Amino acid sequence: MKMLSVLEHPRLRGGVHAEEHKTATATLPINLQFPLPKKLYIPVQQHVGKPAEPLVKVGEQVLKGQLLAYSQGTISAPIHAPSSGTIIDVLDYPAPHPSALPIRTIILETDGREQWIKTPAVADPFQLDAEEICLRVGAAGVVGLGGAVFPSAVKLNLGRKNSIHTLLINGGECEPYLTCDDRLMQERSEQIISGVRLMLRGMHGNRAIIGIEDNKPAAFAAMQTASQGFAEIEVVQVPARYPMGWDRQMLRYLTGWEIPADGRATDIGVVIHNVATAYAVYKAVILGQPLISRVVTVAGSAVGKPQNIEVLIGTLISELLDFCQADSQQTARLIIGGPMMGDALPLSEVPVVKACNGILALSHQDIAEPEVQPCIRCSQCVEACPVGLLPLEMASRIRVNQLEAAVDLGLKDCINCGSCSYVCPSNIPLVHYFKFASGELFKRQRQAHKAEQTKRLAEDRQQRMARIRQEADLEAQRTMEARAARARELEAATATAANSAHEVN
Amino acid sequence: MNNTAISGPHIAASNSNSTNQIMRKVILALLPATGFGIVIFGWPALYLCLISVGSALAFEAVCLQCRGLKPGHYLADGSALLTGLLVALSLPAWAPWWIAILGSAIAIVLGKQVYGGLGQNPFNPAMLARVALLISFPVEMTTWVNPGLILLGPGPIDSLAIIISGVANPDAVSGATTLGSVKTGFSLNQTLPGILYDYSGWLALLGWERGSLGETSSLLLLASGLWLWRQGVIQWYTPAALLGTLSVLALLSHWIDPQHFLSVWVHLNSGALMLVAFFIATDYVTSPNTRLGQLIFGAGCGLLIFVIRSWGGYPEGTGFAILLMNALTPVIDHYIKPRIYGRYRNGKPLDLGQTE
Repeated sequence: MKMLSVLEHPRLRGGVHAEEHKTATATLPINLQFPLPKKLYIPVQQHVGKPAEPLVKVGEQVLKGQLLAYSQGTISAPIHAPSSGTIIDVLDYPAPHPSALPIRTIILETDGREQWIKTPAVADPFQLDAEEICLRVGAAGVVGLGGAVFPSAVKLNLGRKNSIHTLLINGGECEPYLTCDDRLMQERSEQIISGVRLMLRGMHGNRAIIGIEDNKPAAFAAMQTASQGFAEIEVVQVPARYPMGWDRQMLRYLTGWEIPADGRATDIGVVIHNVATAYAVYKAVILGQPLISRVVTVAGSAVGKPQNIEVLIGTLISELLDFCQADSQQTARLIIGGPMMGDALPLSEVPVVKACNGILALSHQDIAEPEVQPCIRCSQCVEACPVGLLPLEMASRIRVNQLEAAVDLGLKDCINCGSCSYVCPSNIPLVHYFKFASGELFKRQRQAHKAEQTKRLAEDRQQRMARIRQEADLEAQRTMEARAARARELEAATATAANSAHEVN
Repeated sequence: MNNTAISGPHIAASNSNSTNQIMRKVILALLPATGFGIVIFGWPALYLCLISVGSALAFEAVCLQCRGLKPGHYLADGSALLTGLLVALSLPAWAPWWIAILGSAIAIVLGKQVYGGLGQNPFNPAMLARVALLISFPVEMTTWVNPGLILLGPGPIDSLAIIISGVANPDAVSGATTLGSVKTGFSLNQTLPGILYDYSGWLALLGWERGSLGETSSLLLLASGLWLWRQGVIQWYTPAALLGTLSVLALLSHWIDPQHFLSVWVHLNSGALMLVAFFIATDYVTSPNTRLGQLIFGAGCGLLIFVIRSWGGYPEGTGFAILLMNALTPVIDHYIKPRIYGRYRNGKPLDLGQTE
């Protein structure tokens, strides 16, 4: 029985051993010497949910940390000025996205003074109410820095409302090349632990587990030292196997629990945050500083000086690349994020946003451009899938446009981690198939919705017209009847008059 | 930099096998057994291999041309070469030239290309050819030449004559395989230890016995199979399930009735078993794509091989067993699917409350 349950709920499923490429940057301290950019490009949408609404005007002077755009609606996050200076424009500017489609962006010309806005000091942050902590986290624009950029305060509030027993802090950083969380844990472990304690307090949690991949022994040691004395915080190592940083994979490995397919982590009493988010919470609550900077890994073999840099949000990626001596001639592909799930950028003159944990300038020797061959059904993709899907079967359905069949096979459970494409001996771009299918399904759904709307409007109109016609008919009938009645009256009156006249005569 | 939409991953595994490498490694793994077959069966075996492989490549090229594809590009994947080689290895070593060509034609044209080429065929092409030839040409397909060293046998020129016009006096140089003589013995009401009076288990393991061109040496095929497994080309599930099931059944039946059921040792060292277990049943295209599915597939093959060998009309059942299980593969794949994260096997989302 026991063995059967192991088969049914294996703690570690699928995944791949990707070449790490981390050593170049993992041993260097975070560079804090990045020169202040002349202009910062700050998109108002850097998070999941509704975009923030700008409240500054062109020409206005702002201080560092000043609110630039306020959060709208329940799932949203505010945006703050990364430095002091003048707002010179609010316009549509290319987003750091594969499409490079323009989004609303505030452009700030820095004045070089780095003058902070005054923030009220907190006497003892660890005595703050849970609500107060969430409020401060929300007001500081903290979002999930692991890549999901979900507003952190919303998660903490959700945690307080549901009964949460475990806070999982994700220090997996399983993407190759990326080491920004690794360095953060090595250098700022005490601050991260403070952030974790504040998070626990903010959601009335009493236990936190910090999972760190075992390819980061220095980070693990630092975090363990920093967490000593806090019995509620446990720091554990997890095997380095991509995608261990998929929060659900790490949760399953550490606890054996799985989040139901239609649910959230809070449904099973768990909240999951990234280590960098914990650090941002520390800064927000203890230092009163909003999220205006982050650590970014700049790496790839086209980069002369690969390193981790702490940069202001809104810094152009092109400036970051120049600073790290990236060779644009050598760059075959520019990627934002990690090489497994990151997006290829068509241009580098786009800003660093809160989600940006890595900028990779990969040369031809790094990237995968081999030719695609037919699927030989070797089922390595099945072995590699951490979700338990059949990528080869899904792809074969999508190839013949049977998208519904792909959905039946679990397309919507796919997390686009890329493990399948990574191991495919025929180099089939499986993730591309799945993204295409999901997009196509979304489009169809929207079209169907639109068609339905149109149909309903047409029906409404028909009904309205029928009603109007009916009313008109009724009205006409009434008029006719009235007219007939009046005629009869008139007739009667005439008759009476005639009679009386007759009588008179 | 290009501006086309690209999805991740942007890097590829440098340490894993590409499709062409997989094919090359399988071919490489078959070479020891092939070489051994040529050494013990002589020049005709070499000619048969060349004819079979050459015609397989030719048929593949013609089919690709008909489909409007560039033959040179697709031939390079090595799959046609592999199929041609497998066809050759499953033929009697002195079979006539046209058997090899017909076998390759059946395998490549009917077994593979009519379904859409590499990756699309429901049946293993080489096994399809083997079974089709066995049913159609039972005499040519069961004339088993005695093993001997290549240097002592007919020379290159004489061998050419053997391949083209057949051997002059087949009875002088050929006989039955182990499984064949057992089947015949049973039909004559003989019983087991007696039928195999001159059987040597060690020579059979080594491959010094009558049989198909490349199937006699269980030892070399086993070693090559294990190498393929170490290379990550095949998984152990299918061979282990196949050999395990057959072994258990043989052990039980032989223990109950040693006079009418072959021992495990004879089963494992006879016929195409090792070739099938490591090189045919593990064929990606025609076997299930989950671990459990592969275990079931392997066990099914083992069971069918045992049943056909014990009670069937043919002495050797591997080809039929493989084709039957190939036919079942879509069914296995339909019912055996991995459990999706956060869901029960039936696809319903997990219930809450598992953490309490």
